[in-house]
Amino acid sequence: METLTKTSRRDFLKLGLTAGGGLVLSFNWSDSLARITHAGDEAAVNVDFNSYLSISPDDVITIFSPNPELGQNIKTSFPMVVAEELDADWKKVNVVQAALDVKKYDRQLTGGSGAVPHSWERLRKAGATARQMLMEAAAKKWNVSASSLTASNGFVIHADGRKLSYGALAADAAGIPVPTEVKLKNPKDFKLIGTAVPNVDNKEMVTGKPLYGLDFYREGMLHAMIQRPPAFGTKIKSVNAAAAKALPGIVDVVTFKNNVAIVGKSTWEIMKARRVLKVEYEKEGNIESTTDHDKLFKELLDKPEATVRRQDGDVVAAFKNAATVIKREYQCPFLSHAPMEPMNFFAHVKADSVELVGPTQTPDRARNATAQLLGISPDKVTVELTRLGGGFGRRLQADYVVEAAELSKLINAPVKVTWSREDDMMGGSYRPAVRYRFEAALDAKGSMTGYKLRGVGINAGNSTREDNFPSGAVDNLLIESIDHQSPITTGAWRAPITNFLAFAEQAFLDEVALAAKKDPVQFRLELLDKAKQSPVGAIRYDIDRTKSVINLVAEKSGWGKKKNLAQGFSVYFSHRSYVAQVAEVEMVSGNPVLKKIYAASDCGIVINLSGARQQVMGGIVDGLGHALYGQVTFKEGAAEQHNFNNYRLIRYNEVPEVEVHFVDNGIDPTGLGEPALPPTGGAVANAIFKATGKRLYNQPFILQEEMKGVKLGLKM
Amino acid sequence: MAAYSIHVNGETKKIDVASDTPLLWVLRDSLGLVGTKYGCGIAQCGACTVHLNGTAVRSCSLPISAIGASKVTTIEGLSKEGDHPVQQAWQEVDVPQCGYCQAGQIMSAAALLTKNPSPSEDQIATAMNGNICRCGTYHRIKEAVVLASSKMK
Ligand code: FES
Ligand code: FES
Repeated sequence: METLTKTSRRDFLKLGLTAGGGLVLSFNWSDSLARITHAGDEAAVNVDFNSYLSISPDDVITIFSPNPELGQNIKTSFPMVVAEELDADWKKVNVVQAALDVKKYDRQLTGGSGAVPHSWERLRKAGATARQMLMEAAAKKWNVSASSLTASNGFVIHADGRKLSYGALAADAAGIPVPTEVKLKNPKDFKLIGTAVPNVDNKEMVTGKPLYGLDFYREGMLHAMIQRPPAFGTKIKSVNAAAAKALPGIVDVVTFKNNVAIVGKSTWEIMKARRVLKVEYEKEGNIESTTDHDKLFKELLDKPEATVRRQDGDVVAAFKNAATVIKREYQCPFLSHAPMEPMNFFAHVKADSVELVGPTQTPDRARNATAQLLGISPDKVTVELTRLGGGFGRRLQADYVVEAAELSKLINAPVKVTWSREDDMMGGSYRPAVRYRFEAALDAKGSMTGYKLRGVGINAGNSTREDNFPSGAVDNLLIESIDHQSPITTGAWRAPITNFLAFAEQAFLDEVALAAKKDPVQFRLELLDKAKQSPVGAIRYDIDRTKSVINLVAEKSGWGKKKNLAQGFSVYFSHRSYVAQVAEVEMVSGNPVLKKIYAASDCGIVINLSGARQQVMGGIVDGLGHALYGQVTFKEGAAEQHNFNNYRLIRYNEVPEVEVHFVDNGIDPTGLGEPALPPTGGAVANAIFKATGKRLYNQPFILQEEMKGVKLGLKM
Repeated sequence: MAAYSIHVNGETKKIDVASDTPLLWVLRDSLGLVGTKYGCGIAQCGACTVHLNGTAVRSCSLPISAIGASKVTTIEGLSKEGDHPVQQAWQEVDVPQCGYCQAGQIMSAAALLTKNPSPSEDQIATAMNGNICRCGTYHRIKEAVVLASSKMK
């Protein structure tokens, strides 16, 4: 199945119009010729084949990586795709992080595990087009037909053995009209894709090179930290900055909006000045506490009306006629994103332009928000991307960029704003807290005839995913949500909503399977068969792909065959990928020890095996750690957790063994930055139940009543 | 403010800072050695780990006044060519995700292996437990420490 794909100017114009709503060209290959740039030295002529690819005469293949890199491996995986179709020598590939450029790239963001499906074909075409042009250039040079040529490892090779390197051909290739059709490889012929390629920034990372936003320093730059209200729902009443201003190294103290910025010459001097800064706050909106939310959740769950997200059949009748009804509730707390690199950004607002440098998942949003705030055109704002020391969704927001720009304008100087860990945890944004009520109706044979879910959340929006499993497999179904608006700011947190919904749902289905006297895996498979034979309403997931990960993880984990181990199962579809997990718990001297987690993932074609395995292992560790320990609670609007001393993150000796498998199906790839996280909490809770008979309904697990007196063992 | 002269990565550096300035901020803000990271500032995460006379310490909680004549080694000074066995192992195992914590992880691992080239699993855990990796690279950290240990024997 070789793919012939057309790349005409019209196609790209059309594509740009539909994707961006404005005239956005995805590639500059829509120009009729590739561009030649002189990189300083007159002799060095680099040829830019398109926005992703440039080839130098000395065979350096520069591949530009447009999306922000925060640990999801995109800066390695994406260039691999270009290099594959180009048949480049990976050792000669030099990857460069591209700055924000809305003319060259669309969707230059990291979020929703969406970059891979979005860019897969674009990247392939970028490589394949250049390869074809290089081959045509060689054909012309040797005066032979292009069909007598092959390309391999950075060379065009004639059947008689003659060969020329890409670098030697690049200048000629620049004169070849950009082909309107290119042939993409048959995935069976991939040489680089599917192998384990080490991160392109490994050397820089292990030697401590300046890569991150916080590492950005510039001559004459000032440092700043911002004191934000300590409690949500409060505003500044008065500021007394006299003592702070008098300290050495402090340049200024500036109040704007609800912020008091201390500007100085070094980070530590600012940190010290903050201690003597006196700011009084007063009430501005609702002041909420976690105890209020607990009460509110119960009220909302019993409220007669809610937003109906999906309704199939007749749930009232189904529950009336049920032989068994199971009703359970699950609650998750607020979480901090807590990327290891705290928020920071450099901004320099000049007379007629703005320079922004730092870690952001959405450079375009940062740019537009800054332009809007300053009342200037977005094209006056440049955004340079550093590597991100984690993101987890926190850096999808532009608040910390905009405030840096606002401050730079106020003080008329280049400035880097750094958040302390406490600022990040107490005044940032959180995963919303949510509570769910699930109800299932079983008939006398143990078939699920009715299913109800109501999600209630604090600034969670729609806390359900109404078209996910088991929707489509149940005749009578009702899914509703209610959202409470709160001054506590929330935002997308790695695998938004599903990071908790999956636990609740998969733990619930485990109980339902038990009540139906069915094996939990078999129970899911039967539901999926039913959805396949007689689907009810819209189904967002692929039934066969869901089954394939279930079967793979059951096989690899020896599901149901292990005598001394309690196994817990979970499967979830999110962000277009499928992941099933089995957690194993062993009872050791009367206490459960989490030994191992098996994962089977279907993300289609695996681009970088090393990166993909990392994403699954990291997602599992993240899902486990937060299910066990994570929570931010509020007292009178203020977060009670301030730093890693009381906001517990999972550590080295607390992770079980993890075994990762992928379904090999040749389907176009989808993302993997998020999908491995959602199933973990459910698999672990179900295994703990199997081992101890104790059901976990709320997170964090270790603080629950059910875990009192239970010593959960965790061991690497 | 006070003048200090400290030994960092084999060189003598003169700085003029307040006596309570943590070594972390001296390294980053005064000396431009930004490989040592800020993660928590309260000795909880290990991102700021450096060696003080070969021992792993949290530079965020070590005031400049306490350094004296001790030798400070940062990630930049761990090896000249970036080829310390631990740095090699980290690349071979492909440990980093976002990478932010990794300088601290490497410094903890290197200090451990210098003192104890063949650590037991428990000894590795004790040495590495103070370094948080928010991306969850612990499995590969373990693999890399074991690999580095085999290189150092
Ligand atoms: S920054 Fe020093 S231990 Fe976290
Ligand atoms: S690699 Fe991201 S924090 Fe460790």
